Amino acid sequence: MYPSRFGYEAPKSIEEAIGYLTAGAGEAKILAGGQSLVPMLKLRFAAPEMLVDINSIPGLDYINIGADGSIRIGALVRHEDIERSEELKTAQPTLAAAAHLVADPIVRTRGTFVGSVCHADPQGDWAAAMTALGGHIVVQGPKGKREIAMKDFVLGPFQNALAFNEIAIEAVIPAPQGTPVGSYLKLERRVGDFATASVAVALNIQGGNVVRAGIALAGVGGRTIDATEAASVLVGKPLSEDSILAAAEAVAAAAEPRTDHRGSSDYKRQIVKTFVSRILTGIANSEQKVA
Amino acid sequence: MSSLYDEVTPTPPSDVPTRRVTIDVNGEPRTVDVEPRLLLAHLLRQGLKMTGTHTGCDTTNCGACTVLFDGRPIKSCTMLAVQADGHSVETVEGLASASELHPIQEGFKQEHGLHCGFCTPGMMLAAKALLEENPNPTEDEVRWALSGNLCRCTGYQNIVKSVLWAAEKMRAESN
Ligand SMILES: Cc1cc2nc3c(=O)[nH]c(=O)nc-3n(C[C@H](O)[C@H](O)[C@H](O)COP(=O)(O)OP(=O)(O)OC[C@H]3O[C@@H](n4cnc5c(N)ncnc54)[C@H](O)[C@@H]3O)c2cc1C
Ligand code: FES
Ligand code: FES
Repeated sequence: MYPSRFGYEAPKSIEEAIGYLTAGAGEAKILAGGQSLVPMLKLRFAAPEMLVDINSIPGLDYINIGADGSIRIGALVRHEDIERSEELKTAQPTLAAAAHLVADPIVRTRGTFVGSVCHADPQGDWAAAMTALGGHIVVQGPKGKREIAMKDFVLGPFQNALAFNEIAIEAVIPAPQGTPVGSYLKLERRVGDFATASVAVALNIQGGNVVRAGIALAGVGGRTIDATEAASVLVGKPLSEDSILAAAEAVAAAAEPRTDHRGSSDYKRQIVKTFVSRILTGIANSEQKVA
Repeated sequence: MSSLYDEVTPTPPSDVPTRRVTIDVNGEPRTVDVEPRLLLAHLLRQGLKMTGTHTGCDTTNCGACTVLFDGRPIKSCTMLAVQADGHSVETVEGLASASELHPIQEGFKQEHGLHCGFCTPGMMLAAKALLEENPNPTEDEVRWALSGNLCRCTGYQNIVKSVLWAAEKMRAESN
């Protein structure tokens, strides 16, 4: 299988890349890790006239953790870089828990965190994690930079909010209030499979109380499901058996799973409920140990 | 009959836009003109006639096409050859020296790590990337590192043993 013909440029700066996108007038596409785009080109699901390869742009492979705990992830940070980051293990447990569950170890050496969010796959793990974390994407176009909150970034399956000549340059996770805790659980049939169902949980805990609760789901709807409203039953109090059960039920109700070769919709909903309560119970138990 | 690959390398027809790239393949600089849509796996196999790199699924799933790109394993069916310009690529042909097998190759022989051999080049390169970083992996770490590579024959048991055998031999050699 080989793609249809396209032009190729490997610019050395973001501005130059934006120039190619603008000149392409909607027929040019960014190539990042290529782990979604190249397969699509080969299947001819995508046939752009021009690829703008951003891999030669220097300075986009940073993971910056600020003094306030905010995190900025540059456009060329690979899945593997997240997986290997010792700092993220403590600074951002939800990301750390998801990293080794994305695709397979070889795909992870190339695929990028930001590219994955841009791809807006309803089964994408990073879009779910970013949504749970209440993050945003910084994008740059001919007129400069703007920020797009995750809830506004993913418009639908494989559709993001970028204009044709905008590049996502970094993903930002805001500073936590108190301690960031959380995790990520994914049911997959084998390594490298997309999620049958995944649950991302990102809480902030201050003085023993949950002050922010973000939960998002992958694989159980036509888009990334933001279940933060369902998770609001957790906010303003310590985690308890009652609040965990209430949250697990509310989040499972927010899922929109469909029966397919990975399982029935009832089964997937049950998995969501189990995963939410498993993650929250784990957090509650370790909080008790700390206290 | 002319195929895409004959067209793009070594001498593409004049009406097809190509790019001149220089790729370090197993330590040797190779300069070729490629059409941007040419995949690295196809450049290696058809263009450079190095058929040790296999293409199995051609859909980024099986890992048979795994090569090392600047030392890290990648699926060469999912990278454009133009993207390798100025980078180094290591294929299974680069493992053995003129007179000796690489310990990983020896391990596969000793522990019967292959049946049909289709997955083997990819397995060996993924294993090489692992052992370079982690000379003393546990069985679990080997399984995890090879989890992007599919084998339809062996059931993996002997592949894992082969890599552990190679790890031991490489540790002994470096002492
Ligand atoms: C076998 C296999 C298994 C996989 N399993 C999983 C999985 O379990 N979970 C999961 O989440 N993903 C999975 N993936 C997808 C993988 O994570 C991809 O790496 C990811 O979806 C896309 O990131 P990329 O950097 O490779 O982007 P590319 O493939 O280069 O690009 C994807 C899309 O995003 C656009 N884009 C990329 N970067 C930018 C940018 N900076 N600005 C604007 N637009 C941009 C591109 O134009 C393109 O439309 C799998 C892929 C494979 C091949
Ligand atoms: S041929 Fe490249 S992953 Fe299967
Ligand atoms: S030995 Fe046949 S596929 Fe692995």
